[in-house]
Amino acid sequence: MLIKVQLLQESEVGSPSKIGGVAKLWHPRSGGNRRFPWHLAIFLAPAAVIYTAFMVYPLVDSLRLSLYNNSGSYIGLDNFRTLLGEPVFADRFWNALRNNFVFFAFHCLVQNPVGLALAALLTAKGIRGQHIYRTVIFLPTTLSVVIVGFIWRQILSPLWGINDSALLGESSTVLPTLSLISVWQFVGIPMIFFYAVLISIPDDLIEAARVDGANGWRIFWSITFPLLLPTLGIITVVTFIANFNAFDLIYTVKGALAGPEYSSDIMGTFFYRTFFGNQLALGDAAMGATVASAMFFVILIGVLAYMLLWQRRITTYQL
Amino acid sequence: MKKLLTRWIVVLLAFGLIAAACGNDDDDSGAAPEEPMATEEPMDDPEEPMDDPEEPMDDPMDDPQETATISIESWRSDDAAIWNDQIIPAFEAQFPHINVEFDPTVPTEYNAALDTRLAGGTAGDLITCRPFDASLALYNRGDLAPLNDLPGIENFSSVAKSAWITDDGSTPFCVPMAAVIHGFIYNRDAFNLLSLSEPETEEEFFELLEAIQEDGTYTPLSMGTNDQWEAATMGFQNVGPNYWKGEEGRLALLDGSGKLTDQAYVDTLASLKRWSEYLPDGASAVTYTDAQNLFTLGQAAIYPAGSWEITGFNANADFEMGAFYPPPPAGQSTCYISDHTDIGLGLNAASDEPEAARTFLTWVTTSEFAEIFANALPGFFSLQSEPVALDDPLAQEFASWRNECESTIRNSYQILSRGEPNLENELWAVSVDMLTGDGDPVAGAQRLQDGLDSWYTPGS
Repeated sequence: MLIKVQLLQESEVGSPSKIGGVAKLWHPRSGGNRRFPWHLAIFLAPAAVIYTAFMVYPLVDSLRLSLYNNSGSYIGLDNFRTLLGEPVFADRFWNALRNNFVFFAFHCLVQNPVGLALAALLTAKGIRGQHIYRTVIFLPTTLSVVIVGFIWRQILSPLWGINDSALLGESSTVLPTLSLISVWQFVGIPMIFFYAVLISIPDDLIEAARVDGANGWRIFWSITFPLLLPTLGIITVVTFIANFNAFDLIYTVKGALAGPEYSSDIMGTFFYRTFFGNQLALGDAAMGATVASAMFFVILIGVLAYMLLWQRRITTYQL
Repeated sequence: MKKLLTRWIVVLLAFGLIAAACGNDDDDSGAAPEEPMATEEPMDDPEEPMDDPEEPMDDPMDDPQETATISIESWRSDDAAIWNDQIIPAFEAQFPHINVEFDPTVPTEYNAALDTRLAGGTAGDLITCRPFDASLALYNRGDLAPLNDLPGIENFSSVAKSAWITDDGSTPFCVPMAAVIHGFIYNRDAFNLLSLSEPETEEEFFELLEAIQEDGTYTPLSMGTNDQWEAATMGFQNVGPNYWKGEEGRLALLDGSGKLTDQAYVDTLASLKRWSEYLPDGASAVTYTDAQNLFTLGQAAIYPAGSWEITGFNANADFEMGAFYPPPPAGQSTCYISDHTDIGLGLNAASDEPEAARTFLTWVTTSEFAEIFANALPGFFSLQSEPVALDDPLAQEFASWRNECESTIRNSYQILSRGEPNLENELWAVSVDMLTGDGDPVAGAQRLQDGLDSWYTPGS
């Protein structure tokens, strides 16, 4: 996930100038004897080939599979009609989608403020051991989700855990609890990104504001926050993608049925049950691919909304 | 400059070749709809190295040219040591030219991983069979070979074979290996301390629970509903056969003369609902392993069980254990137990060593295998017509119920879980509702029948 974040950020920061560079190097209608820039193609080839073979092709094939039935004949959008129309699937689908948005909302509303607060503490003057905290808080991100799920299940167990109530057993509390476990694990990522932004803000900006009579509150909203916004956007969209692909934590803690009564069911567990089957229910490859396609479209819409509505309007400041 | 360009072109061509090679691979497997499942497989790998150290010991005796190696797919990773130390050496001692490898996958991944391997042609020669539809689907797809003419298949009764036979009863495709029996395992120390005795009727059972509850030293029933399946498997299917009269009720559901809204099923659910008071605190978040630990740590008095627990409990509990079968409701003299056909062994139709694999299967039908298996894994009871001598007292207790009570299998397993909503999963949900004390038995039974009615036409 961290790598994805970096790639996104690099491409965002770097792309305009690179595209400009390409245009200068090779433009068919301008200079007549300029050659096709083979070196660019060659340097792009390894990534493009591997990405196509292992990401693009399976993705396209999965989308194709959702237009076929299990005996292999083309049935158009019938699978999607089943998914959205038949109560057996539609109830589960809408429930999973709603739960997934709740899961995402918890991440947005808890992970970002807490990550920012931690980053602020890490950059605050006069707190000892900041390097240690930085490492320790980031550490859970590197743990296996299976381990995290197992440990938290023991911590929250009504038999041997810290509380007597069944936080992971009641339909009203299970999804918030799972969301917060996930936030606990991944809060290090926004923290590190906000931290990077905060330490890049020049001291003289802050000092100038202070000389002008601004208090800490005003400095945060007028200087720090605008500078954080691009990073906040990237973290949000990356969290969105990760949340709508999430599966492992729920599966580890609650199993594929995501109980009680599907109250912790998200798109990932719904997909798993549909595609691979569960206990006596046999897997259904075509409907599984249909659920996977639906997940893809949800994520696509989310990312497009980010790019069109947010990224284009946000002002990036060069410091 | 020209030289440089030539070099680049060579590099580019090399990439092109690699890309083409990748493309071909993808085309081959692209036709199989199961392809994305391949991502599951790495999960199985950590299991394998555990088995390897066992094998070299068996090898040196054999003539390498004549040795046939066959492997067994299984979800019983818990039993790997027993297969490698007891069952396989006993077989290889008789058939030194056949080398057998036990290659298990974790239970929750087994069906999916097996499907992938069968589709990709990498599955083992012998396939451990889940009962009923999962294996029937494999047979219908041509992945399992018919076993009509397997020597020894006649050693099994038709009930034993029912879990691995075509719907018309003509072609068996797996050799029945073992059944599991439901009942209650209890802590003898707790019963002695509180001067309690095994209940004979259902009312006595609830009086017993009440007495343990009042004393307060022990949790009366060690069970949770977090994982859902245990509520149905060790709750509903455990006590239910007493109400629906075993096979009679099960077959009535299949032919449509019985409904899940019948009084028998409402009563079963109502009885489960009464359990809710005696479960541990926060039972809705207590997992299957939590419940096992609670019992083996001596903190709970009674564990609603399947006989497969015996091995683990013997290893982990340091107190004496006893067992009683589900006590029938007042006024009913016949008791019914769930004696569920659980494990079979089938032949991969695409096996490279079908003769060696069939030799192993025939050996599985013998009483020699049954005796090793049943004693190595107390709690997994042989399905052969001829009874097997058991050493473990707890296993003996379970097995003795076969003489006292009528046997049946879980009612959701044959045919009734073929559609959506899946009866088995519905049973999980409804049983959980009862055990949390929130559900209404009549409404629960109605939900089960409505779900079944939506796709199942009896007799079709």
